[in-house]
Amino acid sequence: MALSLATASFVIERDESRCIACQVCVRQCANDVHYYDEESERVFSNDASCVGCHRCVTMCPTHALVVRQNPLEFRPHPNWSAGKLRDIYRQAETGGMLLTGMGCDEPYRIYWDHMLLNAAQVTNPSIDPMREPMELRTFLGAKPEKLSFDADGNLLEDSLPGPQLELAVPIMFSAMSYGSVSYNACLALARAATKIGTFCNTGEGGLHPTLYPYGDHTIAQVASGRFGVHLDYMNAVAALEIKIGQGAKPGIGGHLPGEKVSLDVSRTRMIPQGTDAISPAPHHDIYSIEDLRQLIYALKEATQYTKPVSVKVAAVHNIAPIASGIVRAGADIVAIDGLRGGTGAAPTAVRNNVGIPIELALAAVDQRLREEGIRHRASIVVAGSCRNSADILKAIALGADAVYIATSALVAMGCHLCQNCYTGRCNWGIATQDPYLTKRLNPDIGERRLVNLIRAWSLEIKEMMGGMGINSIESLRGNRDHLRGVGLNQVELDALGIRAAGY
Amino acid sequence: MKRIVIHEEHCIGCRLCEVHCLVAHSASRNIIKAFKTERKAVMPRVMVEEDGPLSFALQCRQCEDPSCLEACVSGAMHRDERTGAVICDETRCVGCWMCIMVCPVGAIQQNLLGTHIASKCDLCYDAEMPACVAHCPNEGLTYEEVSEEKAPR
Repeated sequence: MALSLATASFVIERDESRCIACQVCVRQCANDVHYYDEESERVFSNDASCVGCHRCVTMCPTHALVVRQNPLEFRPHPNWSAGKLRDIYRQAETGGMLLTGMGCDEPYRIYWDHMLLNAAQVTNPSIDPMREPMELRTFLGAKPEKLSFDADGNLLEDSLPGPQLELAVPIMFSAMSYGSVSYNACLALARAATKIGTFCNTGEGGLHPTLYPYGDHTIAQVASGRFGVHLDYMNAVAALEIKIGQGAKPGIGGHLPGEKVSLDVSRTRMIPQGTDAISPAPHHDIYSIEDLRQLIYALKEATQYTKPVSVKVAAVHNIAPIASGIVRAGADIVAIDGLRGGTGAAPTAVRNNVGIPIELALAAVDQRLREEGIRHRASIVVAGSCRNSADILKAIALGADAVYIATSALVAMGCHLCQNCYTGRCNWGIATQDPYLTKRLNPDIGERRLVNLIRAWSLEIKEMMGGMGINSIESLRGNRDHLRGVGLNQVELDALGIRAAGY
Repeated sequence: MKRIVIHEEHCIGCRLCEVHCLVAHSASRNIIKAFKTERKAVMPRVMVEEDGPLSFALQCRQCEDPSCLEACVSGAMHRDERTGAVICDETRCVGCWMCIMVCPVGAIQQNLLGTHIASKCDLCYDAEMPACVAHCPNEGLTYEEVSEEKAPR
């Protein structure tokens, strides 16, 4: 075999004065980085296989390990960075597409970090959330066109909203399929969503029979591969979501390698064990808004108009008219997934170069739906890297009804964003089906950590809302007056529909 | 009494329980010192049993009716009044290994590190929580009140 030119991404520093050769690192690394030498009674590391997931670092009982970025430096070149060179070396060796996991890691501008929230001072009072009620409850689904009453003042039927999802907080867990993530991860998400009073999303993996009890807090996806879709599945859940696209890989389908299709995954997806689960790039029955309308109404018919239907698309260049079409096709919820949205596996080139940031897509869609007078006909849910409570609040002020979080949820359960989900060797027991690894995520701990995260964010959201003098999340929705841009040019400010700080 | 409960579905086979058991029973109780200078004199009293992905940490089940206590020829094996734990009095143990022979779960080991005595879990006599439970990263072991009826015999 010819010499590989791809050098290690990380180097492992083992402090020999601390290492007790207990071999916990050896046992915990699914990439076989660490190994024990009996003769010398020492543990050694093979840096080249390290993916930087920090499992060994976290588990080492004496903190003897540090994983660093390989300090090896190429001759500086702004165009040819080390990463670009390494990619070429790898592709020249393998002849294959580069694959990756999680969201885009290129340094495109993160607009959340260029928007600042307002606070009440003197002219209007701020509210102390510890003393006064703050309402975070959110309803997703089509709202009535207008309110009409009979002579006695009772609401007429056409004033009643369609089926709604009631969220205790405007935060839901985004689509992660059983297959891409482990059963324990699905279970933790489902239990946490139930406990919090929000929703998790099955992704395109079907719903494992043992997760049906959490169906009231589950949104079930119907995606291009139709994996695991049957009537019981649709009736078991609170809402349905037609997945057209995903922020991490707009325009392309999905591919769950056969190695991840265990017996249980195959049963849930209704495909043979060990076969690749390939989701086509398009829905082969959707080539227009009219076709989408047919599927939306097929699902509504199948569930007797008892459940809202969401349509999820990736944020792409013409997202505003696309969203308008989706709303007109009859969707009750439009879910938009931005450039930085995560994935279990995507070609690196697609992940890093296709789509637009969610902040710009959200502003454009909310604006467009308002201008067309159809904003009430669907709720907007945004996905694609809400990293903290402030990002969520900014999303709501820009016009979102709720946000989907997935990367943050995985991080809460232990993910360290090593971006190697596609290998199926997740050392944190999340993106894997290996029974030895999936045990590492105790669903009780996962659930607890997710519930804690959402609780913490809710407290922060209430605190910041109170600061703005707002006591209901409804009053902040689309209230862009509470946002100001910093370090943005006029084009960006106009696209976001906000004023610059100081104005 | 409070007992260590094993949750095999959450045991990840990392053996941190063994590491910390050893430290808890070392003279220095300092992890680095225990391994680097005392390793030849101290051993863990919990054992991780493994067969592929199936694994669990096994230590004395603190039986209600302990066979080891009955079999002990020297009276070393006794039930501690304060914690209820079955403890081997190392000053009285003569190393006849009868306890090892009769233990239904194989939780007692020979300690031949300079001694010749039976080595078994003492529920970390002085600590609030046994070291193996306190350091299990995945809650594969818990320390809970288990009623007499549910306790192993």
